[in-house]
Amino acid sequence: MERDAGRSMFDTDELVINMGPQHPATHGVLRVVLKLDGEKVVDADVVIGYLHRGVEKLTENRDWTQIVLLTDRLDYVASAAANLAYVETVEKLMSIEVPRRARYVRTILAELQRLASHLVWLGSHAMDIGAITVFLYCLRERELILDLFEEYCGARLTYNSMRIGGLPQDVPSGWLPKVLRFCDVQEEKLAEYETLLTHNRIWLQRTRGIGAITGQAAIAVGLCGPSLRGSGVPRDVRKDEPYAAYDEIPFDIAVGANGDTYDRYLVRLEEMRQSMRIVRQAVEGLPEGPVMAKVPRLIKPPAGETYHANESPKGEIGFFIASDGRSTSPYRLRVRPPSFCNLQALPQLVRGHLVADVIAIIGTIDIVLGEVDR
Amino acid sequence: MIDLIVLPLIKIVFVLTGVLITVMYLVLLERKVQAWVQARLGPMRVGPHGVLQPIADVVKLFVKEDVTPVRAEKWVFTLAPIIVLVPSLIAFAVIPFGPEVNLFGRPVPLYITDLNVGLLYIVSVAAIGVYGIILGGWSSNSKYPLLGSLRSSAQLISYELAVTLTFVSVILAAGSLSMVQIVEAQHANGVWFAFVQPVALFIYGVGALAETNRNPFDLPEAESELVAGFHTEYSGMRFALFFLAEYTNMIVVSAVATTLFFGGWLRPFPNVEWLSFLGLVPAWIWFTLKTFALLYVFLWIRATLPRYRYDQLMQLGWKWLIPLAIANIVVTAAVKVILGS
Repeated sequence: MERDAGRSMFDTDELVINMGPQHPATHGVLRVVLKLDGEKVVDADVVIGYLHRGVEKLTENRDWTQIVLLTDRLDYVASAAANLAYVETVEKLMSIEVPRRARYVRTILAELQRLASHLVWLGSHAMDIGAITVFLYCLRERELILDLFEEYCGARLTYNSMRIGGLPQDVPSGWLPKVLRFCDVQEEKLAEYETLLTHNRIWLQRTRGIGAITGQAAIAVGLCGPSLRGSGVPRDVRKDEPYAAYDEIPFDIAVGANGDTYDRYLVRLEEMRQSMRIVRQAVEGLPEGPVMAKVPRLIKPPAGETYHANESPKGEIGFFIASDGRSTSPYRLRVRPPSFCNLQALPQLVRGHLVADVIAIIGTIDIVLGEVDR
Repeated sequence: MIDLIVLPLIKIVFVLTGVLITVMYLVLLERKVQAWVQARLGPMRVGPHGVLQPIADVVKLFVKEDVTPVRAEKWVFTLAPIIVLVPSLIAFAVIPFGPEVNLFGRPVPLYITDLNVGLLYIVSVAAIGVYGIILGGWSSNSKYPLLGSLRSSAQLISYELAVTLTFVSVILAAGSLSMVQIVEAQHANGVWFAFVQPVALFIYGVGALAETNRNPFDLPEAESELVAGFHTEYSGMRFALFFLAEYTNMIVVSAVATTLFFGGWLRPFPNVEWLSFLGLVPAWIWFTLKTFALLYVFLWIRATLPRYRYDQLMQLGWKWLIPLAIANIVVTAAVKVILGS
């Protein structure tokens, strides 16, 4: 009674709003139940599961090679990253030595994929904040990457571009110069996006100090990938537990300082630059040789279990697999999806901000619902 | 009799059709300009380069089902789009498209009427539109529209203040409230008020963007946050009325800006003799050109800038624009007194 004395004059009530599952800015079928006090967010509740397809269970009835195709459908804007993480996990369990050339091409594909994914992120994030043009510019450049992938493996979205033990085929002739040319184009265009956003007063006002999280808190809540690095934690699987050819190629980890939306934006932009740097070096240092290791026709890993993680564009994507050593399909496969782990930071990030910021924050943690729900 | 009823009626019909057609094509122009900025083509399918697109759009909107939500307040729900549209249309009554011309041996002024308080009339008429937005959002009986309409009413009211204050400094400079006399004052002055009152022009420009709910102030209909803002529940022709009103408002604010700051129907440098060949172009064409140039700025800004957040927008309005506008009035008045004495 005492406590409410100040409020008794006006009958105030929290407004509960459903954002999604059909909402233009939740990047898929995400539902966020917002409790609002005026326009201020008191609490947020994330409801997921609208895109659940049971991928993990499905794998138990597919043989090991077929599962590559299912991993395409996790993070559908970065299929190659999931492909890579999965095949490397199986290779780890089977102790397959992948040829050096294959590791280099994998690195190129993974980094191109990172660029494509970050472009989609930048575009949709900017569009959520109202800058429509950036979205179209970003997708224009992403198209070039898709063309490169199409030339390599025939597909534009779900690539199925890796095989256990190597790659389905060597790079087509004339492909590598195209990759380098793309890097040059992209370099220019990145500067173009930056003129539209980086020093734009409105952009700064909309992103600085929004959804800030300290490094400690970010680790505690399980953030990963660029969202974690935005808070100044230099954790990158590519450096910490190198895979593919990352141990042979020098690159820098981009880290932010304040852990807000603006820093995460800068981190991802820098990451795109680093990706181009990696691609250029990988193309130039590409060794000759086979692209496929000697693997049995029927993949049947020995009994056992293992976990292996990669740095996908969204963060740390890991696969845990268990094989019983007898059947040709996994006994259990579990994905550690970066989007899912990042999404759980959302309520914490949006509390105390305004409705408009919720959109910015959903954009900045860069989720893909295909991966959240699996 | 003819001067009192027939002539104004003919002019009203002309202006109304002109405005509505302009609105239709403004939508196409917006899509085209945005497309060009964004390195794509825009509408290309309906007619050559999509020139018939507006007609297809209108047909589509007419045949769409007009849904009224079950729990909506039907009467208000129907009324709201009309309240929004009508004021923006009748604002054209005082906008001078040109001076008096001789048509069929009869002097015909190229404006519907020249109120001696024309500017005041525009301000008051424009203020009515807010009611439609509030009522539309409220009567939908739904949360997103309600939030959207609350936002937009707060936004419109605060920016109307800033815009109206800039009018005061223009009035001081022109010495009249009549739109026609403001243009003539610029003729006598020799320069457009854009150069006399740059601060007022700037504030008016920002305020105009906010008043017409255009990017970067398009919060009431921030697609990514509130789905569609106050008109979320509207569909079919009633939605079209809101849409029409928004674009009509854009034309109104551009036309008013042309009149107040860019010399209305006057050719550029109206007093420079050797440029008199520019006078061969009819006055109303100059007016249209200037208005469209301003409209282009609207579209250009929309394609470039992100969106402000609600509280930032209020801050900009109350903490910067309104004090600046008041200071501008004081300076204008002081200069006028000093020059006059």
